[in-house]
Amino acid sequence: MKPTQRRLMRESRVARRALGAAALLALIQAVLTVVWAVALAAAIAPVAMNGAGLTQVRTAIIVAACAALGRAAVAWGFESTGRVGAQQVMSELRLRLAAHVLEARPLTQGTDSTGELATVAVQGVDGLELVFARYFPQMMLAIVVPIAAIGWIIPTDWVSAAILAVTIPVIIIFMILIGLGADRRAKARWAAMQMLGGRFFEVVRGLTTLRVHGRAEAQVAVLEQVGEDYRRETMSTLRLAFLSALVLELAAALGTAMVAVALGIRLVDGGIGLQASLAVLILAPEVYQPIRQLGAQFHASADGMIAAEEIFAVLDAPAVLDLPSASPAPSPSPARDAIVLDDVRVAYPGRSVPALDGISLALAPGEFVALVGPSGAGKTTVASLLVRLIDPTSGAVRVGGIDLRQIDADAWRSRIAWVPQRPRIFAATVAENVRVANPVADEAQVREALRQAGADTLVAEMPDGLATRLGEGGRRLSAGEAQRISLARAFLRDADLFVLDEPTAHLDGVLAAELAQVIRRLTAGATTLAVTHRQELVHAADRVIRMEDGRVAGALVAEAVA
Amino acid sequence: MTATRALIAAVRQARIGVWLPIAALATTIGTVVLGAALLGTSGYLISRAAQQPPILALGVAMVLVRAFSVGRAIMRYLERLTTHELALGALARLRSSFVARLIPLVPAGLPRLRAADLMSRFTSDVDQLQELFLRGLLPPIAAVVVICMAGVAAGVMLPAAGVVLAVVLIAFAVLVPVATGAVARAAGRRQARARADLAARVVDVLEGAPDIVAWGVRDAHLGAVERANDTVMRLGRRDAYASGVAAGLSGLGAQVAALAVLIVAVPAVRDGRMSGVLLAALVLMALAVFEVLVPLPVAAQNLAACGQAALRLEECVDRPIPITDPDVPEVPGPGRSLSLRGAQVRFAPEQEPVLSGIDLDLCWGRAVAIVGPSGSGKTTLCEVLARLRAIEAGAALLDGIPLDRLRQFDVRRAVTLVPQDAYLFPTSIAGNLRIARPDASDDELLDVLSRAGLGEWVDGLPDGLETHVGQDGGLLSGGQRQRVTLARGLLAPGGLLVLDEPTSHLDAASEAAFLDDAHGASVTDRTGLCIVTHRLAGMERFDEIVVIVDGHVRERGTHAELVVSGGWYADTVRATAVAA
Repeated sequence: MKPTQRRLMRESRVARRALGAAALLALIQAVLTVVWAVALAAAIAPVAMNGAGLTQVRTAIIVAACAALGRAAVAWGFESTGRVGAQQVMSELRLRLAAHVLEARPLTQGTDSTGELATVAVQGVDGLELVFARYFPQMMLAIVVPIAAIGWIIPTDWVSAAILAVTIPVIIIFMILIGLGADRRAKARWAAMQMLGGRFFEVVRGLTTLRVHGRAEAQVAVLEQVGEDYRRETMSTLRLAFLSALVLELAAALGTAMVAVALGIRLVDGGIGLQASLAVLILAPEVYQPIRQLGAQFHASADGMIAAEEIFAVLDAPAVLDLPSASPAPSPSPARDAIVLDDVRVAYPGRSVPALDGISLALAPGEFVALVGPSGAGKTTVASLLVRLIDPTSGAVRVGGIDLRQIDADAWRSRIAWVPQRPRIFAATVAENVRVANPVADEAQVREALRQAGADTLVAEMPDGLATRLGEGGRRLSAGEAQRISLARAFLRDADLFVLDEPTAHLDGVLAAELAQVIRRLTAGATTLAVTHRQELVHAADRVIRMEDGRVAGALVAEAVA
Repeated sequence: MTATRALIAAVRQARIGVWLPIAALATTIGTVVLGAALLGTSGYLISRAAQQPPILALGVAMVLVRAFSVGRAIMRYLERLTTHELALGALARLRSSFVARLIPLVPAGLPRLRAADLMSRFTSDVDQLQELFLRGLLPPIAAVVVICMAGVAAGVMLPAAGVVLAVVLIAFAVLVPVATGAVARAAGRRQARARADLAARVVDVLEGAPDIVAWGVRDAHLGAVERANDTVMRLGRRDAYASGVAAGLSGLGAQVAALAVLIVAVPAVRDGRMSGVLLAALVLMALAVFEVLVPLPVAAQNLAACGQAALRLEECVDRPIPITDPDVPEVPGPGRSLSLRGAQVRFAPEQEPVLSGIDLDLCWGRAVAIVGPSGSGKTTLCEVLARLRAIEAGAALLDGIPLDRLRQFDVRRAVTLVPQDAYLFPTSIAGNLRIARPDASDDELLDVLSRAGLGEWVDGLPDGLETHVGQDGGLLSGGQRQRVTLARGLLAPGGLLVLDEPTSHLDAASEAAFLDDAHGASVTDRTGLCIVTHRLAGMERFDEIVVIVDGHVRERGTHAELVVSGGWYADTVRATAVAA
């Protein structure tokens, strides 16, 4: 088993149960396989030797038929319990993933692959089903069936048992060799294949660019040539690689042949009866079959675990939020208390340069502060700290002298209205999307908030008005439209602290100027931090803080910046 | 076009020849046949041995058994080699042939609204077709041949057994893929919507986590995920049981065949119509031959998937080619000037023109800006200038020669377009630049980079020109990315540079700097510049500004003239100024 599979077994009771079911079914299957061989032999031998009629072998045929039906039923059991098991495991992982992301790392900094992760978390079940419905059963069968079959053959005909017992290790050794060699070679070939596929993908994506420079036609020949080279190279490695498979096949086929020949010789001597011989001969391929199949399922199983691996990777990534303290302090109000960043450092994992490098600044109650500076200066990180989407690596954010980490995070956030650079529009209606800020707001309040955010005409143009579905599977909004919905959220909440991160970046000049006025008016009385490049918002501020390289580069009055 | 015809077209494009497919088929069949022969002969061997003849009488059977076992292993080896050879060769040729058909259609030959969708599926569809031979067409053909051979082989021993074996084989060959396919399709249909809903909820949580946490709506979203998850689980469980039935059925076939043949043969042996020593051979052969049906369910699914992929591909590439080279092209001039006179463009005959009555003059030593709101036809105009799109009426002249009397290659040698979505290939900076001129020296590359304002930056990079730019320039900043595409445009041999929305991803400060550099680098006595943009920053430096609204030239003149004229330009400049 691969490490991820072992981990699944350790952490998931559902997974253990599915594996247990596979083991039990494999045991039944092994018994049925022996019964089938013995009954079929019992149906053939008397007829072949003595010309017995159907009535004499009826019982044997019925037993064989029952064994066949039983084997089909077990196959059904493997497939359905395996698939259901995989679904349950995936469901567990999904829910763990969702809860973990919301609990410990709301800010998945620097990863653009969340959409892919979501697909993996949903569609990944298909691969996992193959692991649970095919690979695990095969693994169990490969252990149980040979043991049961050889166990039955030993007292019947120890020579055949010995032949099988000798050839099986050969097969296993070569399977491991194939596994190891193939793994290495397959990785190399996989890389080459990916490169080739990638190249094809790039040519198609960059076709306009290539055409503009008159280089497109040349790429056709290149694609064909590179593919041809790859084929030639691959085939020369495959000719060698498949040799181990050849030995494996040879061992299985020769094993069966040797069993047949040895049985023939002993039959001539009268050392064994036809019925027993036939049973052994029917069992011989059944002994090899599950072991040979295991190799084929092995690679599918590796692919099938990818989803689980990716989810575990997220679950294992370090949290960016400290766990909530057991007895949180009551939340102070930013409307009355100053917010102080005291020598705060924030280092994102995997980045060499800290996002914030010992920054200290204070927001007085009711103050409107504009935060400016070049991109990468750490402005968004300051905003994220205030909303507690991350916690400082060192230093502290204090409100009224209390460390934010001591305060119940949800209570603190309930006082904040936050407009991020790229707000998320959820798969829900317009009204529901605005109401995230205030679930009890009535329709009039929602409409008013949208109007203030300059989104009323936008909503009026939508087919179902406030009931129009947005987000995944609904109407897609442009960045500017999403920003206005996000502003409407902020206006709908009666907040003590407004944290606005480039709230008007994607809007055209006229609208941005209007909204700057609205923002200034609606945030009156509350403390406001606005990260912005826009002059109009800077003008509206009481105070401007300029950041550079994770530190305060200077505090200015608005006029000086302009 | 039907899926079948699309598949036939795809097979033709794969150019697999005759011998390789025959070899692949023969080895596939040979492997199964030798396996059946091995078991059948073994059955005969021990049945005959049970009669205790002199051991020499078994000699032939013993040799055959060993020969078949070795032969089967070797045949399997050959099967693997030939089928891989076939698949790999086919993939390479499928890719190149489909790309060759796509080239003349990009970008003007594809339907504008669906172009992105068609292109995004293009590569995965072509790659899907690699399954066509190995895991699509080969298994059913092999199955048909093996079923015939098995029927005949059994029929020689006992005619009734031959019929019974063939019937059981055919029944399972049809039944199992149909059942498997039906179950999978039904599951797909039922689950697709539930899964899409679940995916949407999960994406909301993963991508919207900051919003969810900040607004304190965690429980609502986790609840939504759980509910969607429950639905998927409920449907999934039902489908798991159904797919189990298909799995059970496929395992049952061999045993049914063996028992059916046995039941037919037992009376025959009793009556003396068949020799008793053949009975075991017959039954064991029936068991072994079922191997050939195993890949059929997957093959059926692959054929369906390949059919859909081939259909989509044909839909994508089976289109009229918008621009072809003239039979007898004119000799191109120096590429000094490019003019449009009353140019008109229509996407489709029944639609309104997207551009009409456009007059435009580009020439060396001159900088022209084409401005206007989004959607007014500016990108289409760029495509006309680079001869990617034909005009329907009016004239387009390069050095006075109509574009349609020149080779496309010659036009693009003179006019270099840097498209809005100019692509950076995942290779080095040098590799990306040399697309414009493969024989350019490193010094020339450094020269265009410094003219594009990247000189210091490249000098500071540890790997210099060999620095990798990442997937579509992902390792560069927006400004660097834009400047590399500018440098590539400058490197191209053409003297007339057309930049489509080069600053759309830049902030105001970077935009001004970029325009400075672009203007300085590309307006000389042997080069000219045309910039297309919807933002009106830095317009003072242009010799002429052409305002295009709804496909018509609304205003033209210098910045100084236009700001006082009271049109769209003046309004927009004023609005931006108020905002600032």
